[in-house]
Order: sequence, then structure tokens, then C-alpha cells
Amino acid sequence: MNGVEDALRTAAPRVLGALTRRYGDFAACEDAVQEALLEASRAWGAGGPPDNPNGWVYRVAARRMVDRIRGDEARRRREETAASRELPVEAPEHDDTVTLLFLCCHPALTPASQIALTLRAVGGLSTAEIANAFLVPEATMGPRISRAKAKLVGARFAEPPAEERPQRLRTVLRVLYLIFNEGYTASAGRRLQRRDLAVEAIRLTRTLRDALGDDGEATGLLSLMLLTEARSAAREAADGALIPLDEQDRSLWDRELIAEGTRLVENAMLTSELGPYQLQAAIAALHVEPGDAADTDWEQIAVLYRILNRLDPAPVVTLNRAVAIGMSQGPQAGLDLLRQLEKPLARHHRFHAVRGFLLDRAGRSDAARDAFRTAARLTASLPERRYLRRRADSL
Amino acid sequence: MKFLLIMNVNPKVLDALTEEEQNAIGAGHGELLKELAATGEMIASQALADPSTSVTVKAVDGVPTPTDGPFVEAKEFIGGYYLVDVENRERAVELATKIPDARIPGLGIEVRQVMFDAGAEM
Repeated sequence: MNGVEDALRTAAPRVLGALTRRYGDFAACEDAVQEALLEASRAWGAGGPPDNPNGWVYRVAARRMVDRIRGDEARRRREETAASRELPVEAPEHDDTVTLLFLCCHPALTPASQIALTLRAVGGLSTAEIANAFLVPEATMGPRISRAKAKLVGARFAEPPAEERPQRLRTVLRVLYLIFNEGYTASAGRRLQRRDLAVEAIRLTRTLRDALGDDGEATGLLSLMLLTEARSAAREAADGALIPLDEQDRSLWDRELIAEGTRLVENAMLTSELGPYQLQAAIAALHVEPGDAADTDWEQIAVLYRILNRLDPAPVVTLNRAVAIGMSQGPQAGLDLLRQLEKPLARHHRFHAVRGFLLDRAGRSDAARDAFRTAARLTASLPERRYLRRRADSL
Repeated sequence: MKFLLIMNVNPKVLDALTEEEQNAIGAGHGELLKELAATGEMIASQALADPSTSVTVKAVDGVPTPTDGPFVEAKEFIGGYYLVDVENRERAVELATKIPDARIPGLGIEVRQVMFDAGAEM
């Protein structure tokens, strides 16, 4: 991100928060901020951002709002109100990022709409940029955002009441994690715009965590993202093929991100209530500990997956635990655990991929090959299919 | 998730429809197109010309060679498609049930996921 972009992204939620507090109409204010960001990026392009970028964007956005109110009133043949004439000049100091995140991740919206609105209203991305990142036409993304905003009419611009807060915060964290995953699983070489999503998700999660102070799960999520992002340079071959964890060139891992992520999760687990993101981050930290892939502490990973399954039960968690059990107690123990997943995950490619992996380690090559082939047929990801076919062919 | 909703048609079934039934199909597609545009799920939708007008290019002695006619001689052909971007497979199936063809015996909608260029670490 360059200086101008940086300034625009920082300004977006602050200006939108201040404007919504003043004029109330979130949907209209959000449009005004988008127009102001566009104008700013044109005006600042060559010379860089002005001394007070937040104030600059705020003044332009507020002017748009006043124009809009005047326009509405003209249509209704009414006199201008004094309030709409007076232009505020002060720059917004208050940071409303958290309130905005709660609003954009409102439970009345679908996950896809929560994601799109969060990126636009809090992240300051344009509809075209979001459409690009999700590989859909702008004509698809535009209505999705408008519809989301229309659904929020009447929603209060305030943090949720205390009794709803934990659940609402979980939704916000999930949306940020989904944004990160969209970017992280994207093929780095060909999908640069999608890679930006991972960076954006980290930036937003960092902002949220700083604003919340000591929330264990926000810290856990940030840590999980950093520890995952740390491996991004090593997870893909030059031709776009996936490289599994145990075959990655560990010298390509980002040691600074690993150090920060590890420190964050260790602190969170010591000081706050345990949660699913902290556990996943702790597992990610064990995977990137110094040493070879062969030194990985699978026993500890299996324990963490067992606790995770108790906090947040899901077949996929058991699936991951089966890998850890297979690595620490032998492949047959892992295969035994897989049996209970046969029904719920029968059409899930990861189930067959894990089965192939464990069968291969058990020396049952023919069965492993069949399992990898089934997995290759079931995945909708092209790089995953290539990888799984290669595994099958190597047996 | 992107899905292709493939409309399989049987020209004989289509020919046998009354004008009223054909108008109802047209109106049903119009409604669905409107809904998809408003929800932000629509990427593209096209109807395809009759398969009797197709040319098929196939290898003959290793050389791509055009021949008149469809790829397979079959009773059913792809009559058109909707390309949608939806929350999950269930929503894609729900949309397929809203395609008016799904109410006519002998026609059917196949819901197929579109592959993507991203992969999770294994």
C-alpha cells in the first residue's frame, strides 16, 4: 500500500463514522464517503496526501451530503434547513471503526453481503476493487452492496447492547477471517488483487484488536492470520502448484510475522478466556516452530484439536485431529478416527485427501491412490485438483 | 461460490408446449432475472440457439476438424444457462427450482459448481 492509499483507507471509517453521527443516514453517508475517496485519490495522486487527510476527505464528503440534502429538499420544494447549510470544518478525531464493523456485520445480512459492505465501508475499497477481488462483475457486486445498505435502514449506529455483544463480535471476527481466507487461498502469481484481501483483513483485524484492548479472540484471530500469512511465500511453486506444509522451503517463511504471531497467541492464552481462534493460532504456531517438519509436535497438536472440538465441534476439526493422531500414534489410529466422519464428510474432498494421506503412510498404496483420485474429483479448486492428482499418480 | 445452472431441454418437449405454457416460461425467466439482478447474485445468463445449427470441432487423425451437428446425438441439449455467484450449494439449488423449465416434465436443470483458481494448504 502506498502513502495515498494508506491515507484513504485510514480516513474511510473515521469520516464515515463522523458523518453518520451527524447526518444519521448511513447509506447516503457511505455513498458520500466513497465519492470523496475517489475525489481524494484523483487530487492527491501526484503530490501525495495533504497534511490533514481525514479533514480533507471529511470536508468533501460533508459537502456531498449537504448537496444531497439540498437536492432532496429542492425536489420536495422545501426550504433549506439551517443545519444543511452549515459546513463543519473540524477533522474527525473519534475512531468509529468498531461501531462500523458491528453495523456492517449485522446479523440481518448474508455473509457475502457482510464481507462486501465491510470492505467498502470500513476498508474504503471501491465496488470495482471488491468485485475484482471476488472475480465477479461490478454489476453483480454493486446491487449486493446496495441491498445490504437498504437492509440496514433503521439499524442503530451504535455498538450492540451488552447481552448481544459476544455473539455479534463472533460474527465480526468470522467476517474478517473469511476475507483473509479469500485472499490467502488465492493463487499468488495470477491473483494479485485477491492477495490484497489477506493484507486488508490483517489491517482491519489489527485495528479491531487495538480498539478492543485485550480481547482474547480478536488477538487469537490476528495471530492466526499472521502465522498463516508468514508461510505465503513458501506455499506455492513458481507454476502455481500447491506445496504442502511438510515440503515447504522453511527459509522462505517470514520470521518476523511468526515471532509476532507467536507472541500474541501466547499472551492471549495466558491472560484471557480460551477460544477457538486462540487454539487455531496455537496450532499454527506449533506448525511453524523452528526445526524440520519431522520435529513437529503432533502430540501437542492432537491435544489442541481435541480441546477445539470440545469448544467448537465440527467434523473438519475431527478430520484435522485424525491427521495429528495419525502422525503421533501411527496411521492406523488416524484411520480409525476417520471412520466416524465417513457419513458427514462423504462428499468432502478433504476427507478423502486425509484418508489417502494416512493410507499412504500405512503402506496401502492402492487404496491411497483411489482416495486421492476421489478427492481430486470432489474439489472445486483447480490447484488442489492438480496437487491431488499428482499425489495419486506418484503412488 | 459460483454455479452454472444448466438448462437441459428436449426440443420435442418444447415444440409440444402450448403458447400459454411458453409465455409462462418466458415470464418466469423474466422474474428470475429481475430477482438475481437485485440480489447481486447474477453474473450472466444466455439462451443458446438450436443444436441443429451447431458445428462440432473434433480431432480427425489428430487434426481439429469441423463437422456440422452437435457433439453427441441426444434427445436433450443444453438450451441455456445461468451463471450465478451464491452463498452456498443450497441457494444454487433453490434458484434452479425457480427456473420455470423445472416445472415441465422432460426438462431439467443441472446445478454444477464452477472451479476456482485458489487452493487451501494441505
